[in-house]
Amino acid sequence: MLQLALRRIAGLLVTLLAIVTLSFLIVRLAPGGPFDQEQALAAPVRANLERLYGLDRPLPLQYLSYVRGLVRGDFGPSLRQRDFTVRELIGQGLPVSVTLGLAALVVALVLGIPAGIVAARRRGRGADLGIGAAAALAIALPSFVSGPLLVLIFALHLHWLPAGGWQADAPRFLVLPVLTLALPVAASLARLMRASLLEVLAAPYVRSARARGLGEARVLWRHALRPALLPVVSYLGPAVAFVVTGSLVVESVFGLPGTGRFMVQGAIDRDYPLVMGMIVVYGALTLVCNLAADLAYGWLDPGVRHE
Amino acid sequence: MNEAAAPRAPGLWLDAARRLQSNRLALGALALLAGIALLSLAGPLASPWAFDSLDWRHLAQPPGTTAAHWFGTDRLGRDLYVRTLYGLRLSLVLSLLASAVSLAIGLAWGAVAGYAGGRTDGWMMRVVDVLYSLPYLFIVIILTTLFARGSLPVLLVALGAVGWLTTARIVRGQTLALKRREFIEAARALGVPPLSILTRHVVPNVLGPVLVYATLIVPQMILFESFLSFLGLGVQEPQASLGNLIYVGAQEMESAPWMLLAPALLLILLLLSLNLLGDGLRDAFDPRER
Repeated sequence: MLQLALRRIAGLLVTLLAIVTLSFLIVRLAPGGPFDQEQALAAPVRANLERLYGLDRPLPLQYLSYVRGLVRGDFGPSLRQRDFTVRELIGQGLPVSVTLGLAALVVALVLGIPAGIVAARRRGRGADLGIGAAAALAIALPSFVSGPLLVLIFALHLHWLPAGGWQADAPRFLVLPVLTLALPVAASLARLMRASLLEVLAAPYVRSARARGLGEARVLWRHALRPALLPVVSYLGPAVAFVVTGSLVVESVFGLPGTGRFMVQGAIDRDYPLVMGMIVVYGALTLVCNLAADLAYGWLDPGVRHE
Repeated sequence: MNEAAAPRAPGLWLDAARRLQSNRLALGALALLAGIALLSLAGPLASPWAFDSLDWRHLAQPPGTTAAHWFGTDRLGRDLYVRTLYGLRLSLVLSLLASAVSLAIGLAWGAVAGYAGGRTDGWMMRVVDVLYSLPYLFIVIILTTLFARGSLPVLLVALGAVGWLTTARIVRGQTLALKRREFIEAARALGVPPLSILTRHVVPNVLGPVLVYATLIVPQMILFESFLSFLGLGVQEPQASLGNLIYVGAQEMESAPWMLLAPALLLILLLLSLNLLGDGLRDAFDPRER
């Protein structure tokens, strides 16, 4: 298990380097530059700026010094928001984004897994059909549609919750964004949980547990639940990626001061270090979460654990 | 296993069609989809307005106040019925093309990797793994912002570039299984060159699962396209797509909720029916799931 984990971590670092290299290439080979603004800069000013940020050096050298900076945790200065380093900018927004993402994942788990269990237990009956229909709808509702619709209902009509914005220590501001982000994930989790629990409940060993006279509740909690959770856990990796990209939209719909806006604005401004920093941070986040999901899977599945 | 059986392929397709016919939900979804597609093609003809024509006497009118504008108008007095249907058409065309692009790439990549095997296979699938672990929408965002913004070909390439990974994996798996079958071996023994084996024997036999996956990828592409247009990176004004109509609608929803509701409901209906059809097709091709 430890060896497996170490090998995975090494693989993660290699993948991260590949991501950095690939996105460096895409970002730098694209036409345009950070100093192309409406009013053209005088040539000497521009040359000075480029020298200041090291943009006049050959590309391979810039790449090397960027990677060397990354190893030290230095993401470089923002080219357009002068006076700020990329680290400061992302550091300001990240707590908001991470709170949003984590809360959405927790809500999705808390809603989705019990819903899936209920649907499997009441297969073919009202509760199952109701949960199935709700899940189908939630999956078909993209967050940039469900977000505004939720605002329309709960903020503008019922006045229960704020329509957007953010205040630290005021959870009211998080309710609608978290729900928007969590609903499709909860729906996918519920579907997966239902399908996988039904499969496990039909397995021979569950039948023999029932034959031994175990009650339905004991069969479910002691015998069926753990193996049924496996596909759910392996879905958590993609779910994290979904939440990460989804938070981009949700932050923009609700006007949250997270990191999402840096991605789009940074790319439009050709603020190379900012865009690269976003990709590195979010790429690393996704990879680490995927790894955690993988390891949790190994812990749950004895077959993998003893490999 | 039995999907891969070449001689029985017509049986598989017939079987699937029969199972699909008994799935009323999927059939309903199919009918709804056909209706939506027809509406996007023929609908705008029924209205005298063009998607960018301005009606200065009716700015931001809700539906029902003037007989001429069935879904109302936006701030510039453009007819929302026509714009919504135009947006629907553009979203449909873009996502179908992008799906085709990504399926083609995935099919070629997966078939070559699976058939070549060994180290080539290892490296090709490693590339897929790396790309998989990226938050791929970020790459799409970079591609669309860095190259000409709002250009439809760039949008198409960016969308197609992210969708092929799963196809490649599915096709590779199928190809690995196919490769060991007698008819492929026979073809090899007869001296058929690898490229012909791929195009004549491998690709036709993996089409079934790929088609099922295609019904999942089309709604994904619609979602991506409208997502990008929502962020202002996709289809640009005055062109309409469901995404940028929803964006404008969301800005105005306090005073003019109809601007949001028409495109949002249409998008939901479209995605819902595509998903239901996809589920139905998957059940039809792979009845074990039920």
